Amino acid sequence: MKLAQTALATLMVLGTVTAAQADIKLGASLSASGPAAFLGDPEAKTLYMLIEDLNANGGINGEKIELVLYDDGGDPNKARTFATRLVEDDEVVAIIGGSTTGTTMSILSVAEDEGIPFISLAGAIQIIDPVRDYVFKTPHTDRMACEKIFTDMQKNGITKIGMISGTGGFGASMEAQCVDVSGKYGVEILAQETYSRQDADMTPQLTKIKSTEGVQAVLNPGFGQGPAIVTRNYAQLGIDLPLYQSHGVASDSFIELAGKDAAEGVRLPGTALLIADILAADDPQKEAVVAYKSAYEEEYGEAVSTFGGYAHDAFRLMTDAMARAGSSDSSAIRDALEATSSLVGTTGTYTFSPDDHLGLDLSAFRMLEIRDGKWTSID
Amino acid sequence: MDALMQFVYSGLTVGAVYALVALGFTIIYNASDVVNFAQGEFVMLGGMITVFAFDAGLPLPLAALMAIVATAAIGVALNKFAIEPARGAPVVSLIIITIGASILIRGTAQVIFDKQLHRLPAFSGDDPIHLLGATILPQSLWVIGGAFAIFIGLWLFFTRTLLGKAVLATANNRLAAQLVGINTGFVMTLSFALSAAIGALAGVLVTPVTLVSYDVGVGLALKGFAAAMLGGMGNPKGALVGGLLLGLFEALTAGYISSQYKEAVAFVVILAVLFVMPQGLFGQKTTERV
Repeated sequence: MKLAQTALATLMVLGTVTAAQADIKLGASLSASGPAAFLGDPEAKTLYMLIEDLNANGGINGEKIELVLYDDGGDPNKARTFATRLVEDDEVVAIIGGSTTGTTMSILSVAEDEGIPFISLAGAIQIIDPVRDYVFKTPHTDRMACEKIFTDMQKNGITKIGMISGTGGFGASMEAQCVDVSGKYGVEILAQETYSRQDADMTPQLTKIKSTEGVQAVLNPGFGQGPAIVTRNYAQLGIDLPLYQSHGVASDSFIELAGKDAAEGVRLPGTALLIADILAADDPQKEAVVAYKSAYEEEYGEAVSTFGGYAHDAFRLMTDAMARAGSSDSSAIRDALEATSSLVGTTGTYTFSPDDHLGLDLSAFRMLEIRDGKWTSID
Repeated sequence: MDALMQFVYSGLTVGAVYALVALGFTIIYNASDVVNFAQGEFVMLGGMITVFAFDAGLPLPLAALMAIVATAAIGVALNKFAIEPARGAPVVSLIIITIGASILIRGTAQVIFDKQLHRLPAFSGDDPIHLLGATILPQSLWVIGGAFAIFIGLWLFFTRTLLGKAVLATANNRLAAQLVGINTGFVMTLSFALSAAIGALAGVLVTPVTLVSYDVGVGLALKGFAAAMLGGMGNPKGALVGGLLLGLFEALTAGYISSQYKEAVAFVVILAVLFVMPQGLFGQKTTERV
């Protein structure tokens, strides 16, 4: 297994993994290495798995698909170069990718200029607002996460909160969106603290929030090690208020990193993928989620993450559109993509329209709580 | 008052992490005048190897020992294959070699291990200790204790042992050291092994607090370097005090001013110190004879 991964990584460094005699070329630029590797790595693995599966089952309308995947290492400049190379040299008909908002913005301008349909795997709302002709995306926006969290706060009578946010792109963006949307839900933010990516201890910031008069709950936008340390420090200080995390930590490894005891009671908006095992049998997403989860875990021997799920959904959307378009013409694929209706993915159920290229609503988020080291749904 | 104590505990915990990295810097600096920027990678390796050995079923002490020995071997290899062949090159070139080595180690680690975050269980549980109205985690005491223990060990080594003095002599004047019969090649090998081992031990101690992934080395090296500069490069006492002070500055700034300015304030203080005393708090004044 390790050897296979190493071989895969080597091939990725070389640039491309090619299948013989393919008929339709699908391009991808992901951050499989570098600082955003925890996003791009499962995304790349997901695409490899799905493409193999698709071709083994006869491809699309009898035509095989070839995946041309580049690793941009999270560097927007490289992402732009690769996007251009995908379009001009590899002559792909569509692009999936942009693990981060930064790389997405680079690929986006190439896709728009060249008229190539593009599905992004990054979070920021700017990607699809304003709507661009050829650009779609699969993950919910950070603004939606804020709205989901504030809805839950409203339900619990929480009106005054403190925020502690990561200073990275995701944390800063979500912090701004939450501040922006808080008024709509009658939530007042009394304290705003931050931490940087590799901080080892957040007790000073949390002590400040703790001693702020009137705070009823704490919200922590961010991902990586920060939120796990915040959660541990929260328990260390014995702060007796609800702690809300973002969907940036929605994976089992978060519970492991924060520790089962410290993570007890943490609430966050997550996707159905995270609670595949406890989804109701009649849940519309049950089938899609369980199929992806079991296939991925069998193939790679590691737990699925929400991020791999974004790639899964993008791939399904793209191949579904290709099948319906009936041709490998880029603008026909774009039109078919925009006409996507009720496609069930792991993140939610997608329905695109000319003025909505995200196609998800708040119901795609599930409000989760960690109890006894396990995810439970509290919707 | 409770808040102040909490800030102090936080500062000491974080400061001890910086001090551990800074202590690693001192040995190689003392032996060769080189600032080894792969020091952060040694810390990362210590944490990562322990995590993987521990997950594979080894008991924690054995996993840690394995990580320390393996990292020391990598330190020796770094000296043998990268630093020694470039002997005679200017110090700046050697420093650039260590930066290259750190990139190589990081890249290799991401292929051999993985790109995820990992943690080790805390050595003595996760129950916070209540002390003077604030709380501190037992693992923080391990980190602080570890920093002091290594400091004392190094201080004794450099001042009380013949070998330690040989290291200082080699740094001072390699040719003169050779002439009085010091095996300078061995001193260099020993320094790299020791420095890597200390880095790895630091990694084992801090992983339960800070978590570890293949790319934590860069940040740690930067902060450890800043701590070492503040205290005075090459002086174990300076490394310890510099690290703890840097941690305290950060925690107090985050607590009393704003977490936005935490790092800025810490670096402003360092710059201010270096303007007044360029050799750092405990560095020795040296004069170059022209």
